[in-house]
Order: sequence, then structure tokens, then C-alpha cells
Amino acid sequence: MLKISLDKLDKLFEAITASKTLYIPVDREDGAAEYRKYKSGMKLSNALNTVRSAKDFFFPQTENLVDFKMDGKNIEVIDIRKESEDFVIFGVRACDARSFTILDKVFLAEPVDSYYKNRREHGTVVTMACTRPAETCFCGTFGIDATSPEGDAACYSDGENLFIEAHNEKGQKFIDSISALLEDGDTAKLEETRSKTREILKKLPLANLSTDSFGGDKLNEYFNSDKWGELSESCLGCGTCTFVCPTCQCYDIKDFNTGHGIKRFRCWDSCMYSDFTKMAHGNPRLTQLERFRQRFMHKLVYFPANNNGEFGCVGCGRCLSKCPISMNIVKVMKALEVK
Amino acid sequence: MNNDTLIPYIGVVTDIRQDTPDVKTFRVVSTEGGKVFEHMPGQCAMLSIPGVGEAMFSITSSPTNKEFMEFSIKKCGCLTTWLHAMDVGQQITIRGPYGNAFPVETELKGKDLLFIAGGIGLAPLRSVINYVRANRSNYGDVQIIYGSRSKDDLVDYKEIIDEWMNDDGIEVDLTIDNPQEGWNGHVGFVPNYVKELNPSINKTVLICGPPIMIKFTLAGLKELGFKETQVYTTMELRMKCGVGKCGRCNIGNKYVCKDGPVFRFDQLGELPDEY
Repeated sequence: MLKISLDKLDKLFEAITASKTLYIPVDREDGAAEYRKYKSGMKLSNALNTVRSAKDFFFPQTENLVDFKMDGKNIEVIDIRKESEDFVIFGVRACDARSFTILDKVFLAEPVDSYYKNRREHGTVVTMACTRPAETCFCGTFGIDATSPEGDAACYSDGENLFIEAHNEKGQKFIDSISALLEDGDTAKLEETRSKTREILKKLPLANLSTDSFGGDKLNEYFNSDKWGELSESCLGCGTCTFVCPTCQCYDIKDFNTGHGIKRFRCWDSCMYSDFTKMAHGNPRLTQLERFRQRFMHKLVYFPANNNGEFGCVGCGRCLSKCPISMNIVKVMKALEVK
Repeated sequence: MNNDTLIPYIGVVTDIRQDTPDVKTFRVVSTEGGKVFEHMPGQCAMLSIPGVGEAMFSITSSPTNKEFMEFSIKKCGCLTTWLHAMDVGQQITIRGPYGNAFPVETELKGKDLLFIAGGIGLAPLRSVINYVRANRSNYGDVQIIYGSRSKDDLVDYKEIIDEWMNDDGIEVDLTIDNPQEGWNGHVGFVPNYVKELNPSINKTVLICGPPIMIKFTLAGLKELGFKETQVYTTMELRMKCGVGKCGRCNIGNKYVCKDGPVFRFDQLGELPDEY
């Protein structure tokens, strides 16, 4: 497999930025990792993953959809869409890489969302295999192999070298663009690293979490479960879980009057919020129980019902570490599962 | 870049009719004249005044009307209040058509039809009624049971009296909730009136109105011997995108904007009771 020495990563990043905008996870001042646009001198974070998911690259938290000019009784529609620049997201973990294929099922389904598609087409996803999975990780539950991430191209580290392989044409183009820096390398030590990681994955506390009880055919059974009251009792409805979630894709559309015209925005929304479904004639999800149930039913039952059994969760563990009341999808699955 | 459904077209309001104290019917054409897009009875469109709001409304005109689209809109929120205050000539934004339609070319063809509506619930059914009237030979007998709070709250009253009631093979039964001076017709709630009229159970039913009316009418229809597979309704939930992506109008795994708004009651019965 092609490789580059880890101490030459700076050169690799410089070579990528010669032709494309590059984003890499870096350590923030507070120690947490986040994706930033690469500038010379930036160091790749050693963190297991970024605090926010990588979904922003294709489905940003806020984006301008269209503008309007109002003139008396007349309205002018201004299409402000522009072709996205070519960019590379480097170091995406296996869980987040899978989240893109889940988001694809929503945004690339007819009618195709042109905003999402534009960025998806121009973005190259270069993933990074995990070597130090954490106790909140459970990507294996959803059939994801943290040592073999998806993406257009994937990287694997053996502690000394970074090995790179392409998964598709886009990934191959990426490798071709940096081929001058790569050389053939022996993967013996890498295979050792990967099997060590696989051993860790097997021993993780959530390694035995199973999706067997869930899926599209359990709709009314789980909807009517008497467990939802207890599970949702302490939920604050803060929406943190949906905002850090790489697969949550619900959105709101709102207009803003700039004084010179109207800008229509799309922004992330959360089914955990009380006004999410509120309308003139009432609200079908009146209490936090219904809103809490909606989020988990969507990921564990509704999404698989509409997508050949695929679940709307990738086991990244962000909601486990960020929920202020320590409620999360794992607790929900354990409470509902049929043993 | 391809057209995106989230980028709307411009529509021009060419006529505004005050139907009831809180319902107006707006006629909309494209800036070049003619319809902005084609639709089937039961489908909806997203209307907006930029800076005020955007919301989903059923298209109340029939697709057989080749000149314009109509929307009967009740004043009940921010956007609808704005729409009620505007004048003819105002431009609005419009996108769609969204959702499925009543199966006028398949399951409803050749059937005796019973329309049951309450209040503004006539709006989506009017599209089907006028489609059926325009293609009269494709359908059997038509009965329309329509009720409202008062005579003044009957939407499209003029069209009902002048056109529907004069058609052969169409029976129109009107009712209002409470007695009123100048009203010689039936007084009483729709669910009870349906039971009194005792329609033939061979009819296929299309029902729309307030949830409470639908609930009691459906129960009454079942008592009369109707099956859920004979009864269609159209649903309303909060929507933002109209294409099954923004995530808020789902009932179970079905999106009302995309898989609905028209559902048959046996299909609705399989879904969670959350609407």
C-alpha cells in the first residue's frame, strides 16, 4: 500500500492545499478537536473525534437558500446558488463517513437537494482508521468497522507511517494529486496495529449492543411501549443530541429581512423542540415524551422502514458524552430491546 | 445547476373572494398568465410572502380549470393574516405541487362518491368535486354532505347553490351547527346528519374537516356498515420543505407532504396515532 511518513504530514497537507481547500481536525485552545481550514503550521489533532460531527461540510448549520427583492406588490426571486469550491476533508472517522451515506439517502433522494449535492460532488472525503476507540464508541453495532473506514480514500496509521488507499475514482484522483510524496510501504506493522485495534473494539463496554430488536417492522409495538414515559422524564428538550448528531438532518426554513431585501435561510432544527410541529390548529407532539419518542423512533424504526433496514445512527457516541442528563440512544435501545 | 424545489416561482393574485368572515379564496396565475404548474386533486402548494412566512395550502381549484389556481385560506396565523390583508395584484411565491392526490383516475373511477366536509375542510375536496363534475361520465352518483358553524361560514356557498345543486346526479346536503334566521335547511352537526341521511354503503367516501368531526363521522360511517378501505381523507401537519426532508410532518415512517396528504383510513390505521 502507498504510504507517507507521519513526520511528513505537513508536506502532505501543503501538497493538497496546492489544488484544493483542505479541512483537518485540529486541537482547539480548550483541547477539544474541531475541523478547521488548513493553514501552514497547523497540526492534525490526535483526538479520537471532533466535538461537532462532519455533517456541516455538506449540510451546514445555517445556509442561505434564496434571496428576494420586494418592490411594492412585486417580488423578485434571486437564485444565489454558486458552484462549490473543490475541497478535501481529511481525517474523517468511520462513523462520520457512514453518516454521509445516511444523509445521502435523505438529500439525494428525489427531488434532489441541489445545495447538498453541489457540496457532496465537490468534496473529497479522506477517512482515518481508528486506533484508540473510546468507551462511548459503538459503531460496530451498525456494522461499521472502525479499522476500515469508508470514504473516497482511507488512511491508516501504524504509528510511524500513514498508509493511503482509494475507494473510488474521486479517491484515486486525490491520491494521484499527492503521489509524488507517496511510496510503497510494507503493511506488516499496520496489520498488527489494526488487529490490536480490533481486539480493543471487541472489549468496548458497548460492543455487545445489538440492533436485532429494532427495524421497520416494529413500528406500533415500539411506538406504544410504556417505557417512553420513564425514558423521557428528565429530558430537558435542549436539542444538544440532535446538534452533535452526524445523522440528524431535520431543518427549518426562515426568512430574514436585511433592510435591503429578504434572505431565506435553512438551519438545523430539532424534533426535541416544543414548537417543531406546532401549527395553527394545535400540536401533535404536545409533551417531551412525544418529541423524545420521535427522535429515537426515527433512528431505530422509521428510518430503517424507509431505507432497507439501515438505521439512522452510526454509534459515534457524541450524544452519550454531551447529553446534560446522560440520556442517550444506548439507554433507549437497552430499555426497549426484546431479549 | 438544476432547478431546486426550494426555490419558488412567482404567482400573481388576480382575484380575492371573501368566502366567509374568516376565509378568502385567492386566484393565482403565473407572471405570464396561466397556471404556475399543473396538479391533481388533493395536491398542495407552498405559498409564501418572503419575510412573513411560508406554509402549505391545498389547491382548491380543479386541474380541469386551465386558467388559474385557487386557494381557500382561513385566517389563523401570521402568514394567513397577511394574505387576508393584501390586495389584488400582489405577487406571492409558490412552489409545488406536493404530495399525492385523491385516486381520481384509479380507485375512484366508476364509483358512487360521497363527499363529507366540515368548514374549511371543503377546500381540498372542492378540487375533486369539480374534477368529477368536469369528467362526469367517469363516476357514478355524487352526494355532498357539507356543514359549517353557520350559513355565513359555508365556503363556496355561491358555487354550491348556483352550480353543484343544479347538476344532474349530484345531491348536496347542507347543514349548520345552530338555527339561524334565513336558514331553512338542516341544522345539526355533520356526523349526526350523515347518520340521518343514511347513505348507501356502496359509496366511496372522501372526508375532510376538523379532526373531531372526522373522528365522529368515521365512527358513524362504520355503524352504517362502511369499511375503512372505502374512506379517504386528507391530512394536515406542520411542513417546511414539502418533499420529505425537513423531518416534521411524519406520522410513523410516512411523510404527510410526500406520502400523503391523502390517506385511506385502513392505511392510516396502521400508523401510530400521532396527528
